[in-house]
Amino acid sequence: MIRRFFSCSAAVSVLLVCSIAFAAPPIKIGGLFAVSGPSAPLGEPERNTAKMVVDEINKAGGVNGRKLELVSYDTTGDATKALQLANKLIKDDKVTAIIGPSTTPEAMAIIPVVEKEHIPLIALAAGSKITDPVKKWVFKTAQNDSLAVSWIFEYLQKQKQSKVAILTVSTGFGSSGREQLKAQAARYGISLVFDDTFGPNDSDMTAQLTKVRASHAQALIVWGTNPGPAKIANNARQLGLKIPIFMSHGVSSKKFIELAGDAAEGIKLPSGKVIVADLLPKSDSQRKSLMAFVKDYQNHYKTEGDHFGGHAWDAVMLIKAAIERGGDTPAGIRDNLEKIKGFAGIGGTFSYSAQDHAGLGKDAFVLVEIKNRDWVLVK
Amino acid sequence: MKRELLKFGVFAILVLLAPLLFSGGYLMNVLVFVGINTMLAIGLNLLLGNAGQISLGHAGFFGMGAYISGILTATYAWNPWFAMPLAAVVVGLLAFLIGFPILKLKGHYLAMATLGLGIIVFIVFNETVDLTGGPSGLSGIPNLTMGSVTFDSDVKNYYLIWGFTLMIVLFAVNLANSRVGRALRAVHDSEVAAKVLGVNTSLLKVQIFTLSAVISSLAGSLYAHTMTFVAPASFGFNFSVELLTMVVIGGLGSVYGSFLGAALLTLLPEFLRAAHDYDIIIYGGLLMLMVMFMPGGLVRGVPDLFRKLFRRGKESGHA
Repeated sequence: MIRRFFSCSAAVSVLLVCSIAFAAPPIKIGGLFAVSGPSAPLGEPERNTAKMVVDEINKAGGVNGRKLELVSYDTTGDATKALQLANKLIKDDKVTAIIGPSTTPEAMAIIPVVEKEHIPLIALAAGSKITDPVKKWVFKTAQNDSLAVSWIFEYLQKQKQSKVAILTVSTGFGSSGREQLKAQAARYGISLVFDDTFGPNDSDMTAQLTKVRASHAQALIVWGTNPGPAKIANNARQLGLKIPIFMSHGVSSKKFIELAGDAAEGIKLPSGKVIVADLLPKSDSQRKSLMAFVKDYQNHYKTEGDHFGGHAWDAVMLIKAAIERGGDTPAGIRDNLEKIKGFAGIGGTFSYSAQDHAGLGKDAFVLVEIKNRDWVLVK
Repeated sequence: MKRELLKFGVFAILVLLAPLLFSGGYLMNVLVFVGINTMLAIGLNLLLGNAGQISLGHAGFFGMGAYISGILTATYAWNPWFAMPLAAVVVGLLAFLIGFPILKLKGHYLAMATLGLGIIVFIVFNETVDLTGGPSGLSGIPNLTMGSVTFDSDVKNYYLIWGFTLMIVLFAVNLANSRVGRALRAVHDSEVAAKVLGVNTSLLKVQIFTLSAVISSLAGSLYAHTMTFVAPASFGFNFSVELLTMVVIGGLGSVYGSFLGAALLTLLPEFLRAAHDYDIIIYGGLLMLMVMFMPGGLVRGVPDLFRKLFRRGKESGHA
């Protein structure tokens, strides 16, 4: 009888230990990043950052006692793959939320799936149409390109320059930027006297720039991601094009200065605050997050963190914040995301609401200029 | 012929029963794409395997089917069942018209011309932003419906796509065994000899090119209505090459080979994902080995392999 009692209590205690160990299975978060292919410069820092942040959260004991687990896949920047992998994350891996994908077409492709399966998605792509109109389960952390456009136009308006030429890259990023440039020009009294595109892999843009010169534009706005804009900067210098050149936040990384060299001098662009973290005034609410992220990324990956990584940082931290508010189910995370106000992240200060799933204001950007191969703030 | 029907019957039953094994999971979704790719591979195989004419522009026809269907239904609110045949007719007409000058070319020159065609189509998708949505893609394409059934889940899409695929398999098998099929093979072996025997080779080549384009367009329309979103990146040069690889790996001139090639190239990356960062290397290595040791494609290589193993086993048994 006594032996029986012991074996019973042993069994019970084993069960107890097990139940403690398995009490809180990790919360699975899916990641879709374009780690290879043409969008690799976006996807790689995003995946690296997401891994880094999730590791750190787990080291610090997880969220509300539960660890996070990141299940990430490479979409290669292809919308079809992104859709298949989103299905895999939801149906096989049974994730609670998804971070990514890196580009706007991929995000648009997977939106119908997450809406149907009721899984919150935090997209890392910039296209305004991801969250406009608002979709119940879709949020984003990358700054809307409409904000970047208004920064440039406001500056031009102050400088009393009204005749502008635009060159946009023929990718999702470029066409979304072009839409915004064309939509907002009139509001700032600006006329677009020349509008042309360039291919992401074109090696010479002299043809377009000659036409820019002939158009008598007072300024040139180039909307693209590396390496195209750097080639434009070089070609413009070779042609002796003297008008001021503006670029998009798509090139706000040291890589652009490396590629363009001296031709980058004097170019101005709206940028997230990551690249100028140390130049920001002490009063800036994002300064703490920014400095921490930059230092962390440097320690982990021996290279500078950029705003792409920042988008992933924001996404993971926002999910963490949503879980901390007491929701670790898909619906709970979604509802709590909408309640987040004044979250000082890398891309800006996020305040989501039922009407706004992009969450950022104009202060997400600063205007920077390239001087002596480094960034300075334009006052 | 009876044997062909039997083969088809077995294949069809396997296809129809597959969801019982994989239902609910993510694999179901991949199998939908296997169906679409099988259709495309069969279309290209009719041209490449039977008639011996290469095309590096088939992703273009695939994309045109997807975009015409997508634009008509998403922007102009057409019924998908009307948009699909219209897309097929437009793509077919286009292929027929450009087929005459293009198919006069041979070998590398034909490859270059079709490559150019594919790239032009790709550029049009990217640049006509008002129509196609440009590089950021076209969304809001409706699912197909049949009565009260909307094809909006993986299982429903599986039966929809594979229904079409099975029809195309049956059609291709019949075509290969018909008078036209024999004429095509004659063109493949020697165009001059075929001409001497009274085959109108230039017309026949254009006809098979058109048929191949129409099948691709149909696959494209179905793709658009299952994905409900299309972007140009899915229809680039890379995809044309992938299709060509499916046909060659599967087995030139074989309908079931096209299926094997499409299934392998669609499923392999999914299984290799477990190998994380090395998956691309393993994938490339496997393809190289297959081309080196199975020049006839999977459809001939796999039975050969079994036969060899079996015979060796027998010999050692005797010894």
